[in-house]
Amino acid sequence: MSVSPVLLAEDVEAGYEPGLPIVKGASIHVGRGEIVVVLGPNGAGKSTLIKAIAGLVPVSRGHIALNGEAITHRPAHLMVRLGLAFVPQTENIFATMTIEENLQLAGHVAPAAERTSRIEAMFALFPDLANRRRLAAGRLSGGQRQMLAVARALMIEPSVLMLDEPSAGLSPKLVGEVFAKLAEIRKTGVTILLVEQNARAALAIADRAYILADGRNRHEGSAAALAADPDIAAHYLGLGGADGPMRGIAP
Amino acid sequence: MSLQFLADGLFAGALIGLGAVGLTLTYSILRFSNFTHGDFISWGAYLTLAIVGGIAGVIAPAGRFMPFSFGWPLIVAGLLAMALTGLLALLLDSALFKPLRRTGHGIVMVIASFGASLALRALLEFLFTSEPAYFSRAIQIAVPLGLGIRVTPDQMAMMGLALVVVIAMHLLLTRTHIGRSMRAVSENPALARVVGIDVAAVIRATWLIGGALACVSGIMLGITVQIRPQMGFDLLLPLFAAAILGGIGSVWGAILGGLIVGIAEAAAVQWVGAEFRSAVAFVLLIAVLLIRPRGLFGVREG
Amino acid sequence: MIDLVGYGAFFLVNALIFGVICLGLNLQWGQTGLFNVGVAGFVAIGAYASAILTTPETADRIGGFDWPILAGWLAAMLLAGGAAALIGLATLRLRADYLAMTTFGIAVTIQVVALNATGLTGGPFGIAFIPRPFAGLAETPIAFNAANLALTGAVTLGLFLLLEMLTRSPFGRVLRAIREDEAAAASLGKSVNFYRLQAFALGGAIMGLAGAMQAHFIGFIAPDNYLSILTFQAWAMLIVGGSGNNRGALIGAVVVWALWSLSSLAVGSFVAPAFQARAAALQIVAIGVALAAILIIRPRGLIGERAIVSRDVEAMAGEAGTD
Repeated sequence: MSVSPVLLAEDVEAGYEPGLPIVKGASIHVGRGEIVVVLGPNGAGKSTLIKAIAGLVPVSRGHIALNGEAITHRPAHLMVRLGLAFVPQTENIFATMTIEENLQLAGHVAPAAERTSRIEAMFALFPDLANRRRLAAGRLSGGQRQMLAVARALMIEPSVLMLDEPSAGLSPKLVGEVFAKLAEIRKTGVTILLVEQNARAALAIADRAYILADGRNRHEGSAAALAADPDIAAHYLGLGGADGPMRGIAP
Repeated sequence: MSLQFLADGLFAGALIGLGAVGLTLTYSILRFSNFTHGDFISWGAYLTLAIVGGIAGVIAPAGRFMPFSFGWPLIVAGLLAMALTGLLALLLDSALFKPLRRTGHGIVMVIASFGASLALRALLEFLFTSEPAYFSRAIQIAVPLGLGIRVTPDQMAMMGLALVVVIAMHLLLTRTHIGRSMRAVSENPALARVVGIDVAAVIRATWLIGGALACVSGIMLGITVQIRPQMGFDLLLPLFAAAILGGIGSVWGAILGGLIVGIAEAAAVQWVGAEFRSAVAFVLLIAVLLIRPRGLFGVREG
Repeated sequence: MIDLVGYGAFFLVNALIFGVICLGLNLQWGQTGLFNVGVAGFVAIGAYASAILTTPETADRIGGFDWPILAGWLAAMLLAGGAAALIGLATLRLRADYLAMTTFGIAVTIQVVALNATGLTGGPFGIAFIPRPFAGLAETPIAFNAANLALTGAVTLGLFLLLEMLTRSPFGRVLRAIREDEAAAASLGKSVNFYRLQAFALGGAIMGLAGAMQAHFIGFIAPDNYLSILTFQAWAMLIVGGSGNNRGALIGAVVVWALWSLSSLAVGSFVAPAFQARAAALQIVAIGVALAAILIIRPRGLIGERAIVSRDVEAMAGEAGTD
């Protein structure tokens, strides 16, 4: 490995109920400044893995480290203080609160002097949100909600930004916008780990990818190599060659 | 027709509204209807009474702020009792509700709170007997306000207090981190954790604040009516009606709901008879549930 | 010795009437997961309905229709069941807490009506001269109590057997499926709310019957009999016995009623009269704490449910598949 990993998960076993693991020994690492994507069929345990890393699903075995510090079994709200930001797939904003309040809540972990300037930085990054700051977040469109959720996560200036299927429920045009924004965010030096069904859009911006099946690593490699492998594309990514379907395996 | 009933209703409504604010907060954050809230009101009143008695015992009895029936000992005692009632709520949570939260079933907490309510009430009867008690025996002379309305100075002071408390609650919920965190947890506890909010700390804060608000209602009721172990429990149905009428989770809704319940009760006393007063809240409760279960300002109930 | 046997029969009649209340509550909560904080209200409706219909004519209130006791009991069930159905219609489609608040509300309201609608309920003084079954035996208390015990026992047993049959029937399985996993039950095409409404109304009717039985056994009722402490007692019994279990409901009723009577007896005999009110309060505190402890330590009750019921959903899904 050329870069020391910011985030490391080794042989992680995790699940909602004791004795019923969904992730059954998966390992991933994310280097500084990388975009890494976790792909795989429905039920492969991708979302559970990312939630286990975020401290939202109990980990029954394995080791997770952020910047070399062990964070296995830490409660979710402490992960945020360590610089691990997570954007859930659905219900990822507080709909009854204003856009500004959503950002203020997340910014509380920042030093008091920086909170206002960080909010302004987010409004600069997401100009769409800037002129609606007093609007209840629930009144935003689907794409804008996703942007607010990402902005909210960036408020902590995270070491790693984790996203669970950011493209879910968005139109192809909006998917393009969201992924373009992620690529733009990476240029500012943010490390990104995302879980996706939409393999094509994710591989287009990712450096490396993991393919999970039945809770275990199945393949890994550079995004370009995986996308080019016809066998993998057909089996796991639902790409099925050059003129295959645009979407991932199953909705 | 005398408009006195409006004044009486507004006053009772402010009191109910204040109690309902505490109830709506604990309901929306802890996600169960807490039957002990009424008993926190009674405990708040008795704790204040006990501390006032303690102050009078140690220091010579102080005078009162004319024209009110109370003096500084009540204010000091009230502040102390607010903290103590909050602590009582916190204590009950860690002894009873916290273990039940871990096992999951929301409605079991309602049963537990119903049992705890009875125990808390009986404990007051044990400590203070069921004889009514009073903060002061001083006679209040009602001041005419015109239109045939007469109000005692104490009632006016309590209305002012209610207003101050509600504005303070509004500022707390919109301007402070703990307030925003409380709103966040009430909307989506899982996301709150993701955002870095310590949900356990928010729950503790909610009990403290809910208990303190209940104590204020108890003091208001104690000053203007009397203090009995049943006082808070008897208020519970109007509190539920007000909280649901206003929409669970809405502070201003709870206040408005309280005022509506208070005025409706006063109107019923005027035209139907005082004895059926406590049925009014039930009728309102059923009407809201049939017509608009999410209440006037509710977000998404039903 | 004779006295003791007589008291034993008297005690058991009261305990079994509580057992009937618990069977109703078990149908609502234990079987269907519907939370009722207004048990006292439904018991009161039954008691007043039967009392008003069966008492001889009186000058100072409406009623006194001199109906036979059995007709009074049936009317009690109809009225209490009807009230439960109305409450259910208003709240069963909403979240569980609203049912709790509404049932609490109806208990308070019934109490207010009983206390103040003097022309119908006798007000604070209640209704006296309610015909007692086997009143002819009243001269010899032991025979009277024994005959009533036989009657109450027969009614309780019959009800118990009926409810056991119901529990095992497809209807009972649907109820438990709803309790365990509402979404799954609904996905099988079961009209969840209608099933709940039936269970809630039936439970209310059983509580009404218990109220009528109690009123006729004692021969006298007053609003003070139907305070929230009665609801609390019923819940304590069901929780001790273990909800979801009819046998547990009955055993819980007898055990808790025995503890309650014994501690009341102890307070009455060993505490100086001046302190009796306080001791009674402490008794309630102790029982409240014990109830909370059981909820935390043994949430399934001291006896607990026998069958593992979460299989019901799967069983029904299997049936639906073979249809």
